[in-house]
Amino acid sequence: MSNALLLNDKSRGSKPGYAPSVDESDLHTEHMVLNMGPSHPATHGTTKFILKLEGETVADVDIHIGYLHRGFEKMCESGTWAQVLPYTDRLNYSSPLCNNVGYVLAVEKLLGIEVPDRAKYIRALVCEMSRITDHFTAIGAGALELGGYTPFLYGVQAREMFYELVEELTGARLTTAFTRIGGVKHDLTSDFWEHVDAVLPEVERLMIDVDKLLTNNRIFYDRMVDVGTISQDDAISYGFTGICLRSTGVGYDVRKDYPYLIYDRLDFDVPVGHRGDNYDRYLCRVEEIRQSIRMMKQIREQMEPGPIAVDDWGVVLPPKDAVYNSIEAMIAHFKLIMEGVKVPRGEVYSYTEAGNGELGFYLVSDGSGRPYRLRIRPPCFALMSGLKKMIVGKLLADIVPTYDTINMIGGENDR
Amino acid sequence: MSQQVLDQIVKRFSDSVLSTHAHRGDETVVLHRNALVAVVQFLRDDPQMAFNFCVDITAVDLSAMPDYVGPRFEVVYHFHSLSHKHRIRLKVPLEEADLELDSLSHLYGGANWFEREVWDMFGVRFRNSPDHRRILLYEEFVGHPLRKDYPQRGYQPLIDMPTLPRPDEELPPLASEDL
Repeated sequence: MSNALLLNDKSRGSKPGYAPSVDESDLHTEHMVLNMGPSHPATHGTTKFILKLEGETVADVDIHIGYLHRGFEKMCESGTWAQVLPYTDRLNYSSPLCNNVGYVLAVEKLLGIEVPDRAKYIRALVCEMSRITDHFTAIGAGALELGGYTPFLYGVQAREMFYELVEELTGARLTTAFTRIGGVKHDLTSDFWEHVDAVLPEVERLMIDVDKLLTNNRIFYDRMVDVGTISQDDAISYGFTGICLRSTGVGYDVRKDYPYLIYDRLDFDVPVGHRGDNYDRYLCRVEEIRQSIRMMKQIREQMEPGPIAVDDWGVVLPPKDAVYNSIEAMIAHFKLIMEGVKVPRGEVYSYTEAGNGELGFYLVSDGSGRPYRLRIRPPCFALMSGLKKMIVGKLLADIVPTYDTINMIGGENDR
Repeated sequence: MSQQVLDQIVKRFSDSVLSTHAHRGDETVVLHRNALVAVVQFLRDDPQMAFNFCVDITAVDLSAMPDYVGPRFEVVYHFHSLSHKHRIRLKVPLEEADLELDSLSHLYGGANWFEREVWDMFGVRFRNSPDHRRILLYEEFVGHPLRKDYPQRGYQPLIDMPTLPRPDEELPPLASEDL
């Protein structure tokens, strides 16, 4: 492998004991092209990096995505509005509930309906639980990339506890499909909060362990600080949102700036970094987990009993008892299942804060029961387009932690 | 989103604005394509507007929309201002025969990938784009799948599907078919 940086360094010729017989700067050098991926053990998700290397420094990179493209937006056009919901689980599968909530909020915006308070609280609660699992995945995997297997296990253990809570609520760990247009699938289980009480101290203990292992760890620190740096202007220009934007010092969080559900009633802080590097993204994630736990506690105090879905059989399925015993409910049930929710003609863009940033849904309805066009604005997609800025000029080995801290999720990025 | 932004655009670019509406609080300006770059430049650089954030670029194929008469495609832009906290949607109608539009890559770094996706899925060409390859699909792919005339289940495998034909049967064609 030729090394252009060293060969062009003329000062080497003057060092004692090193007298080259030819002028090395005239030697033919070329970049080494290295193909990394699409299936590489260190990249979680299928992305291909075609790297041009100067020694170990990345001179240029061409990022290829799309290996997990399933024609999501095309598929959505063939089903009813409600049938799209299970697909949204498969967007960001680290935090499926955030996608569920984002999607139904978009449809409700187009319908012009508002769900009851309790449904809003339940949605916010599941969003925060999902955000925690998302961040634990990213933190744990980030440590794993750098050879830290123990923090990964602690992170996964904490994540698992939240997955169990999610499973208790929704019946599934990842493929949740919990929300409904007009409400949520069902209420919290009777002993849900007891289980939360049992889990939270354990999670806090694990977080302290992870913190002790990583935050002041010399190796971790050196590999993360000033690696994968992006300036504030670049981050904005590339459309970064979420943790990656906040790590550069911009305090933009949809939950704070455009409160949806009940986030305006919760007291929480938005952590921001200042360097825009991997370490700041790590710290922001840790702090967001703390804030999410804080929000869960507030939600518990504020939540009051009440209906969990709107009382409109044109939107929400009637109760089973009514379906079996009255013709009106039977007809409503049949029409909802066969024709779908009649969403009025129009278009909306609705956005929520998902695990990776602003998850947007742009919906176009032609007035029938099926989406005419359903566009997902994935936060990862913008992050991946800016990834080049973050890795060019840095070392090859730094791609791996940088790629992890932007937390690219194939399902969301490639759709 | 903001009504004030919408009024400003209408005032300054009255010749190029085809229509405006604000459905469910989303202010939308439908623009002539020649004015796109000028409008976006104004939106980005004017201190009152300060739309420093290109949220999303996508398109819609309106050919299957009931009771719709007009250009077949619409390219849809969403912008956001982080400092003023307002949003706006721009739409540019495009005729099928002339699917070309100016690129915004020189204004927003993130625009390029979004435009590549619009090219990939709808076949809209962006002039002066620094990189105009497909992004989610492979270069050999024929057609643009999010167009309404692309079949819902069109198969176009890059490598032949492993189906074994009977001896008296020819290989199935690779072209897309509605199954």
